[in-house]
Amino acid sequence: MDILIEGVGKRFDGVAALSPIDLAIPSGQLVALLGPSGSGKTTLLRLIAGLLPVDGGRIRFGDNDATRLSLRDRRVGFVFQHYALFPHMSVFENVAFGLRSQPRRQRPAEATIRKKVDDLLELVQIAALRDRLPAQLSGGQRQRVALARAMAIDPTVLLLDEPFGALDAKVRIELRRWLRTLHDETGLTTVFVTHDQEEALELADRVVVMNQGAIVQDDVPERVYSHPASPFVFDFIGRSNQIEGEVRDGLFFAAGMSTPLTSDDCPVGPATLYSRPHDLRLSESGKGLQAKVLEVRRLAGRVTLEAALAGQTRPLVMDLSSHDLLALPAAGERIGLSLQHYRVFAAAR
Amino acid sequence: MARSSERADAAISEPRWLRWLLIAIAIALILIVVVLPLAVVVVEAAAQGWAAYQNAILESDTLAAIWLTLLVATLCVPANVIFGVAAAWAISKFRFPGKGLLLSLIDLPFSVSPVVAGLVFVLLFGAQGWFGEWLKAHEIKIIFATPGIVLATFFVTFPFVARELIPLMQQQGQDQEEAAASLGASGWQMFWRVTFPNVRWALLYGVLLCNARAMGEFGAVSVVSGHIRGLTNTLPLQVEILHNDFQTAAAFAVASLLTVLALITLGLKLWLERRHGESLARAARTH
Repeated sequence: MDILIEGVGKRFDGVAALSPIDLAIPSGQLVALLGPSGSGKTTLLRLIAGLLPVDGGRIRFGDNDATRLSLRDRRVGFVFQHYALFPHMSVFENVAFGLRSQPRRQRPAEATIRKKVDDLLELVQIAALRDRLPAQLSGGQRQRVALARAMAIDPTVLLLDEPFGALDAKVRIELRRWLRTLHDETGLTTVFVTHDQEEALELADRVVVMNQGAIVQDDVPERVYSHPASPFVFDFIGRSNQIEGEVRDGLFFAAGMSTPLTSDDCPVGPATLYSRPHDLRLSESGKGLQAKVLEVRRLAGRVTLEAALAGQTRPLVMDLSSHDLLALPAAGERIGLSLQHYRVFAAAR
Repeated sequence: MARSSERADAAISEPRWLRWLLIAIAIALILIVVVLPLAVVVVEAAAQGWAAYQNAILESDTLAAIWLTLLVATLCVPANVIFGVAAAWAISKFRFPGKGLLLSLIDLPFSVSPVVAGLVFVLLFGAQGWFGEWLKAHEIKIIFATPGIVLATFFVTFPFVARELIPLMQQQGQDQEEAAASLGASGWQMFWRVTFPNVRWALLYGVLLCNARAMGEFGAVSVVSGHIRGLTNTLPLQVEILHNDFQTAAAFAVASLLTVLALITLGLKLWLERRHGESLARAARTH
């Protein structure tokens, strides 16, 4: 079911946690709300779930105004950051909770409940653990139980709060792939909150980047990465280099740059150039940005180079391609760098 | 190997003689302050034989005191369970103005002397009290009667259940309740299927302490009871009266009943801590 958010905001004790925003999430998509802590992403998720009342605006699930529905009638599958499993109930009873909580007239027969829960446990691949207590499970297993429990009520939408936050790195990547497959199988409209840009980019159909209670970019992962809408997004999504300078006559000038660069449509005035570490190259002619090598580091099969640019306070970081490795510069050596891709943004004032 | 670990022990712990001295002091204190009085109760109660013991307890005023004590406990404990759960629920799951004040008010009976608590009720409901005239006109007797004793006991015991539940429920947070609500549970279902199972052992623990205090309370009850034999005497008051009447054996016989109650409470408390200490402390560890 598609979710339509119109002018929804939230203030806590007079402080805006979320400025009124609009957002449309088409049916069947897997959407990431990405942002640093305090960006309002979890608030937005809880507003969609109905765990928080909206201050104003409307949230529609399909044709229904969800803001007028009770939590029970919204039928939202919510997976909590720390899972919030019921510690005194077995895995089976945890998953059956939503079915057993339905009003008596709508409650399915015991046999139907058993069948449905067993099917769900099968789907999330923990059928063998059905009689265990949550305390006897690993983090990844608890996550699966929480997911099965949320899906038991045939939710209209599935919402996940930092679904992989509490897991170790290896399990996280494994579960991430699995969640993607599961989503493709079930086709449930799914929204998840994360502060991990890699997770958002890899998993989601669409990434909604948030900062300071507002949406700063809403796009497919590929474009969020390659065409960040603002300096904040550029800096938040992946590593970045920044060069201070100014824009004149459609060109970007900076100390340490022998030739100016075209500056997109950035207005005249002080500006900052942003570029990714892997978009820097050693120029063969020694032209381009004039820099001095500070340090060469090898880490996990990758070689990174740190270089100081004349007249710039912050050093540049670049990933060397295998091509560059033939003539690896040493610390102290002077090199020329060329930029493959970059973006110029007007300096914040 | 053994020697080196011994040396390491010596480096981080006190000399042996000091350890033994400290242990000896502790044991001596416990013997004098706890074990000896307990032994005296048992010995004195049994001093004049089983028949005298039976007579002392089956004496009509004492039976009335037992009955009144049980009545007070049966009224106060459930009332405190309801109040304690409601207060703990409100304080740990909601934000509202005056929450800090409510918390301090719950603690008040801990800090006020029981005698003062009793006096407060006398000043409110006594013949010369604020509501004295009105109560007299409507022929309602509170002070020097059972309602006053119940009120005073309720006042003195009301922190026990709430205080036991609040820290636990605060640690558990509201995640589980929110999960239950999002899964469609009603408030009632949420309480009985999620909140209550999470706090049931702590609740039982609170009930135990509350009950022990309700049956053993002396100060506040003494002020409001008026010591009317066979009518407004609870067990602790009965012990005092018998003692003042120089009926030492009878006083100790009645006291032994209270002692048995204390021992049962202690036993149950130990069992709870051993068997369910896990769930009493669970919240602390998972967060």
